[in-house]
Amino acid sequence: MSKSNHTSLFQPALLKEAFKQSFVKLNPRLMFRNPIMFTVWIGTLVMFFVSLWTLFGATGQGSFGYNFTVFLILFVTVLFANFAEAIAEARGKAQADSLRKTREETPAKLIVDNGKSKSGNGEKGYQISVINSSLLKKGDLFLCEAGDIIPSDGEIIEGLATIDESAITGESAPVIREAGGDKSSVTGGTKVLSDRIKVIVTTQPGESFLDKMIALVEGASRQKTPNEIALTILLAGFTLVFIIVCVTLKPFADYSNAPITIAAFISLFICLIPTTIGGLLSAIGIAGMDRALRANVITKSGKAVETAGDIDVLLLDKTGTITIGNRKATNFYPVRGVEEKHFIKLVLLSSMADETPEGKSIIELATHIDNGKLTIDNEKVNYASNGRSIFDYPLSAITFKKFTAETRSSGIDYENTKIRKGASDAIRNLVEKAGNIFPEEIAEKVKAISSNGGTPLVVSENETVMGVIELQDIIKPGIQARFERLRKMGIKTVMVTGDNPLTAKFIAEKAGVDDFIAEAKPEDKMNYIRKEQSDGRLVAMMGDGTNDAPALAQADVGVAMNSGTQAAKEAGNMVDLDNDPTKLIEVVEIGKQLLMTRGTLTTFSIANDVAKYFAIIPALFITAIPALQGLNIMNLHSPETAILSAIIFNAIIIPLLIPLALNGVAYKPIGASALLRRNLLIYGLGGVIIPFIGIKLIDMLVTIFI
Amino acid sequence: MNTEVLGIIAMFGVTFLLAIPLGKYIAKVYGGERTILDPLFNPIERGFYKLSGINPKSEMTWQEHLYALLTINLLWFLVSMLILTNMGWLPLNPDGNPSQSADLAFNTTISFLVNCNLQHYSGETGISYLGQLWLMFLQFVTAGIGMAAAAIVFKAFREKTTTQLGNFYDFFLKSCTRILLPTSLIIAVILVFEGMPMTFEGKDTMINLQGDTVQVSRGPVAAFVPIKHVGTNGGGFFGANGAHPLENPTYLTNMVEMFGQFIIPMAMIFAFGYFIRRRKFSWMIFGVMTIGFWLLALPNIIMEMNGNPVIEKIGIDNALGAMEGKEVRIGAAASGFWSIVTTVISTGSINSMHDSSMPLSIMNELIAMMVNAFYGGVGVGILNIFIFIILAVFISGLMVGRTPEFMGKKIEAREMKIAMIIALAHPFLILVGTAIAAAFPSVGSSAISNPGYHGFSQMLYEYTSSAANNGSGLEGLGDNTIFWNISTGIVLLLGRFLPIIGPVAIAGLLAQKKFIPEGAGTLKVDNATFGVMIFAVIAIVAALSFFPALALGPIAEYFSLF
Repeated sequence: MSKSNHTSLFQPALLKEAFKQSFVKLNPRLMFRNPIMFTVWIGTLVMFFVSLWTLFGATGQGSFGYNFTVFLILFVTVLFANFAEAIAEARGKAQADSLRKTREETPAKLIVDNGKSKSGNGEKGYQISVINSSLLKKGDLFLCEAGDIIPSDGEIIEGLATIDESAITGESAPVIREAGGDKSSVTGGTKVLSDRIKVIVTTQPGESFLDKMIALVEGASRQKTPNEIALTILLAGFTLVFIIVCVTLKPFADYSNAPITIAAFISLFICLIPTTIGGLLSAIGIAGMDRALRANVITKSGKAVETAGDIDVLLLDKTGTITIGNRKATNFYPVRGVEEKHFIKLVLLSSMADETPEGKSIIELATHIDNGKLTIDNEKVNYASNGRSIFDYPLSAITFKKFTAETRSSGIDYENTKIRKGASDAIRNLVEKAGNIFPEEIAEKVKAISSNGGTPLVVSENETVMGVIELQDIIKPGIQARFERLRKMGIKTVMVTGDNPLTAKFIAEKAGVDDFIAEAKPEDKMNYIRKEQSDGRLVAMMGDGTNDAPALAQADVGVAMNSGTQAAKEAGNMVDLDNDPTKLIEVVEIGKQLLMTRGTLTTFSIANDVAKYFAIIPALFITAIPALQGLNIMNLHSPETAILSAIIFNAIIIPLLIPLALNGVAYKPIGASALLRRNLLIYGLGGVIIPFIGIKLIDMLVTIFI
Repeated sequence: MNTEVLGIIAMFGVTFLLAIPLGKYIAKVYGGERTILDPLFNPIERGFYKLSGINPKSEMTWQEHLYALLTINLLWFLVSMLILTNMGWLPLNPDGNPSQSADLAFNTTISFLVNCNLQHYSGETGISYLGQLWLMFLQFVTAGIGMAAAAIVFKAFREKTTTQLGNFYDFFLKSCTRILLPTSLIIAVILVFEGMPMTFEGKDTMINLQGDTVQVSRGPVAAFVPIKHVGTNGGGFFGANGAHPLENPTYLTNMVEMFGQFIIPMAMIFAFGYFIRRRKFSWMIFGVMTIGFWLLALPNIIMEMNGNPVIEKIGIDNALGAMEGKEVRIGAAASGFWSIVTTVISTGSINSMHDSSMPLSIMNELIAMMVNAFYGGVGVGILNIFIFIILAVFISGLMVGRTPEFMGKKIEAREMKIAMIIALAHPFLILVGTAIAAAFPSVGSSAISNPGYHGFSQMLYEYTSSAANNGSGLEGLGDNTIFWNISTGIVLLLGRFLPIIGPVAIAGLLAQKKFIPEGAGTLKVDNATFGVMIFAVIAIVAALSFFPALALGPIAEYFSLF
């Protein structure tokens, strides 16, 4: 399921399914959805009747063999276009199916009688009936115990459990989910490893995000995005121009006494209309969603992916995105006159009950510096450095002082010693109240640490300052490069953090983000998004908590983490199964790739017309107007081979471009103008030159067979 | 270097150098800033506004603009029909020329109303001086209409988000009084000094070199000719248009008249840049147009100067170039150059017979009108290239992976629909018109003078010229018949108003949209890369749709020369 598990482009099973679908899609009602290929389909039908007509003795239309060949090539053209769409669908479906499989046919322990019957089967008096997961309805309650597969998406309303989400995320480390708060959401198909939870079903059967995504991929509910509509208008316009060109050519040719066969007319028309992009357009759209899914992002609409490509501002949470998880202790600064060994002892004592990641990192650093070992069992706490015992206290003699909002410090009381650790102003308060002074040396250190983006924690012993612990954010390796890439794409990055402005500024500068929101409250995010949007910018953000939901809804692209609350997931327009905050960057690139693939293939398709003109126009008139031989610059063998080569080229270019359509055109953040230059050169100029070569080669081949 | 070639370089250079300050001046005029002509015209204008109950300060939406534009045109249409069908008995008719028939008056009215001036009559015999003066009036106001329409588009991109796009009558009147009138006046003075007639007296009698007594038509020619060029109208006072010795007496008048038609279309490009404060964008458009122009003009100059291989084969000296249908006082080079100037710019005045141009020269003249955006007519040239820009922005936006935006406004389905209809209309009118004429020989192709490829070119040219509102023709075509009068009349109308309505509507719609500030990811529309993109779109849209038609006409004719 992870990204490394890459599905190869053409798997035999997929090919078979796509092959079948290419014929199913010949249904005119389905064909009608794609106006360009629909006109090709009509042309194919006409050619079918024309070849029958020649079989029964029509004259002046060329041989039956020639007409039938034209019919076959056009038919194959339609099939190729259908195949492109079908293979994209099949790939997306295969991806989604493997996700869906995990959650089908799971037994669910439905709670039928919530706590009413005290003597029921369940321990707490729940009456439970085991049903099939597909029968679960929205609002149903079910129970999951260690070893159970969670039968449906839902929200924990009671209990806490460790859950293995590897089936969805590919991440093997189990995660903790608990009732209340922002980590209450569970996903169907994941496995409970320990404990027991009561879960309420949050989606109707068939309406989970995954189901929605599958529907989008399968095409049943696939809607054209605004951009796709605008492009279709452009392509329909080109098609109309060429209808006019071909229809008016008839009186022109009659006037010039140059009769044109129906086969030649239809071939000219089909070569000129943008069949290449027309055939690949829907495949490109599906592939975009598929690429998102491959990155473990479920999109709720194709539009969201497209919008992602347009994003101007990216709101990123500091923790987990820019910095690794939590702050870590990096340095101890004992006050002058205090031995380091002693300070370490105080640090250890003050932090041994501190369960926060910061607390743990302090112990880690202390034991690392001192080469020591701290052991706590039910009775006593023991610390040994270099094998020598430093202290060994019975737990009963220690009073743990937990962190409270009032004291804003924590620590222990042991015998007559009071050890405290806390924010500098909290400790200053404590110390000065006792009539001691807060050393200037420490005040300076505190300031220095803060302005370096660190967090200082001051340690006191019996209301006397003993030293400072420096906690630092660890910026993720490689994040600067990613932000640099975003900047080149023209995207402004904004770091959201609860830190004070000084710290925030330091980290923002170090990580290379463009702006930051310090001491952020949920409404600050919202306001920031609104402000940017009112300036006309598109904003993307990622969030997980219920209080993120309004901002997720307000953002143009809101990516909710799968671990987040149902509210957050409903509010956003994408769900990231990996809970990876850097995923937004990938999503943006997927969106850009999607638009680019459309644009470049359109250009390529239209640029091809130049060569096709030079193949077909001389072929049309050469018999009646020999002077026009001068236009046959490719020196094609005969009018028939010229027309056949042009339509063969037109047909085979579609399957040849399927890999490009599905994988997308490579996006390089080199600035818009440079990118345009590059793509214009490759797909524009290439689009003019390649068909000249291709048609000439095919003509040489065709000549052998005639 | 050949003096003929030097003359061309001088002409282009002078126009270019004067276009920049004139563009700055035009931007000032539309920006409502004070200009030196204000003290003279302001009181007069105030009087007229008061009389007609118009408040020139009240701003209009794009719909109101179009309403005002179309209604005023309808009024002129009615007045014009009245004058042309009655001028026989009205005053100022010393030569006693007759009134026009209804279908000819329809064609004449439409063709002057749409700034095209396809003339199916001859000025010497087909119209009175009153009729000429009325047509002169139309040449002023229709040019003003085109410029006002462009000004609406300018305004739409100057403001960040707005529905208020200035006052139509203000734009229109200022175009006439502050720009067209003074420019024409200066040119008229030069022309009078070069011997152009300016009188209300009737025909003069003279004895020619052969000793025959001939009647020579004259009239207020020097008043008529400047606006014919400055307004890129092209309607000749005499039947032979700019080739007539009294309408274009000397090489100098030839230069001045070329300058006259070139200056405002070129200045409008710079005016756009000054007005929206993006001068680099102007230079990009100017670059695209200029390259397109010279790609057509250079081959024509060379081909016309090289002469006709068929004539050479007969053994006739061709050293002066292909002189059939050309005036000796003007020469092959200046004629070849003019043939492209007048077709790219939608003037349609001629100083040589295009019917006698070399086949590929005719092709270039056709392409110039098929594109219709390499400079283009006054005001409307900008509107025409605007459509191509929208298409280019859309495709290139996709190519760089961003929803397309132009000047901070997103291009979406609605704008694309309009742009595509307008882009479609041009080939539609030309190809369908020609197809009908070709399909019904009794009314259509019977009018052609040379059957075969050249005859096809004549028909194609007539409709291309109509759709592009150009007005020139391959005059071998006998086009004063009901079929040609009416069918070209319809093409003229659609070819004029669709390309005005479309761009104004797009600009109006875009102006309402939220303004998106330019970021690092925004595609720059003022550099060479984007210029190449516009050029490619023009080549694809305009040239590809006409390739088969061109192959059957001028290209086939060219290959059969050898």
